[in-house]
Amino acid sequence: MEVDRKLLEHVAEIARLNLNDEEIKKFLPQLKESLEFFSKLKEINTDNIKPSFHPVELKNALREDEAKECLSQDDALSLTEHKKDGYFKGPRAIQ
Amino acid sequence: MLCHDFIKKIKNREIDIASHTEKIIDECKEINKEYNYFNTISAELALEQAKEIKKQLKNKDSKIKNKKLLGVAVSVKDSICVKNVETTAGSKILRGYKPLFDAFAIQKVKEEGGIIIGKTSQDEFGFGGFSANVGIGFKIPKNPFDIERSCGGSSGGAAGLSQKLDNHIALGESTGGSIAEPASFCGVYGLCPTYGRVSRNGLIDFSNSMDKIGPMGKTIDDVALMMDVIAGYDKNDSTSLNVKKENFESFLNKPIKGMKIGIIKEAFAEGVDREVEKNVYNGIYELEEEGAKTEEISLELPIKYGIATYYMIATSEASTNLAKLCGMRYGATEKLENSFNEYFTKVRSSNFGDEAKRRIILGTFARMSGFRDAFYLKAAKVRTLMINEYKKAFKKFDALASPTVPILPPKFSEIKKLTPLQHYLTDVMTVSPNVAGLPHINIPVGFEKNLPIGMLLIADHLQEGKLIQLGSAIEKGK
Repeated sequence: MEVDRKLLEHVAEIARLNLNDEEIKKFLPQLKESLEFFSKLKEINTDNIKPSFHPVELKNALREDEAKECLSQDDALSLTEHKKDGYFKGPRAIQ
Repeated sequence: MLCHDFIKKIKNREIDIASHTEKIIDECKEINKEYNYFNTISAELALEQAKEIKKQLKNKDSKIKNKKLLGVAVSVKDSICVKNVETTAGSKILRGYKPLFDAFAIQKVKEEGGIIIGKTSQDEFGFGGFSANVGIGFKIPKNPFDIERSCGGSSGGAAGLSQKLDNHIALGESTGGSIAEPASFCGVYGLCPTYGRVSRNGLIDFSNSMDKIGPMGKTIDDVALMMDVIAGYDKNDSTSLNVKKENFESFLNKPIKGMKIGIIKEAFAEGVDREVEKNVYNGIYELEEEGAKTEEISLELPIKYGIATYYMIATSEASTNLAKLCGMRYGATEKLENSFNEYFTKVRSSNFGDEAKRRIILGTFARMSGFRDAFYLKAAKVRTLMINEYKKAFKKFDALASPTVPILPPKFSEIKKLTPLQHYLTDVMTVSPNVAGLPHINIPVGFEKNLPIGMLLIADHLQEGKLIQLGSAIEKGK
């Protein structure tokens, strides 16, 4: 695997980040060094080992589907200036 | 004075809570000028709470005298939501965000009469071990013993303030060592509970399978007291553990004779400062003097592969958790223009700091098709092996000992020279118990060159009580 400028720009785009030239120059060797170090995990034999997505065993947390009081529309909209007619206003989704 | 004794004086009205709180707020403002421990001081909320307590204390029938934290100043790491108080997790992208609700832990603190004095400084979203990776426009907290040095991270403000301010307990948060590390650098106690012991409801996610809220304070008694307040099941957190509530304070001053401590062999190897090693051994000798039995144990996997495992899981989860921050609904915004992708990209690129960007990119990479099996999934499997290795050790030992950090608090000028990987490597002692969700505590054990040194003790899941018991034995020996 070659960690190069092209791959870095591709990953940044997926993550919705726009990196300028200076950032790319700075981040590229740093990410290479980190990923090389993290690659040492492949030294460990994990055949037939199940992954742990949590550190402790968790049970499914279920509850009754009951209607309850929740955040009012006014409160929910109170934290942004981008709103209109009781809705959040977002950027254009279709060109 | 222990918070316990302070609370008695509040209840007996020997101390006037309203004027005391005013004094505390002034003191915090003064401390903050030099040390930058607060992102926000919540003077208005604190004084309002104090006034209410004063009013209720005048009423003889009031149940206020039963409150466990009555009048105690509580600082809150900035990643924990406090209603109507700006909560940023140390990031510019959350500037202006005032939560509409209190985190579960904050509800508990308020119910028990704790007074919220403000939001403490941290690495952006918790991304660091020195509190030097603060968000754009935020100030870096400084070590209480030497302002040219780091106070550790990411709960740096919480740790520094715990050293400087009396009659105060801090709420910190740890994902990979962010409670124990700064506690060590600032010479205070910091207890990171078992994953799920304290609800994460209202905590701004960094790595949701590892984030834990925990107490930090000047004495082990204060830490135990806060654990009694914040621990417990919360139906609104699907990862909250529904287990019997412990009385953590009952472990204070409990004899430790016969307890077994495993000394992690690999944690005293190359790369550990000799002065750190010497002082941690002094802590171990104190435990022996109180009757604990010690024996060396080899734990190769956690020390050798902990960093890689932790950073792959943590960055993967962080990159998904931070995807929701995009300049809509709350936090930083920009002028609404262009397509949604361009808008989100603009907001994120101009508001995240360097380390946040690096971690988002690392995590996005580790989860990408073609790389996922080799990085994220591999790390999750190594995590299973690591948990198994710890579980085996806990069949024999009550707790495992190591230094909390292998070095003394570094100077900011030294931190600047570190590459991100070198920075990550200083987390070597603390990442693995966090990966395995194990409770762990920093216990101050000594000073060198006027800088504090801490010992890390790790216990099995839900055995926080043993850590309090052992910490209490060392504190008593001093």
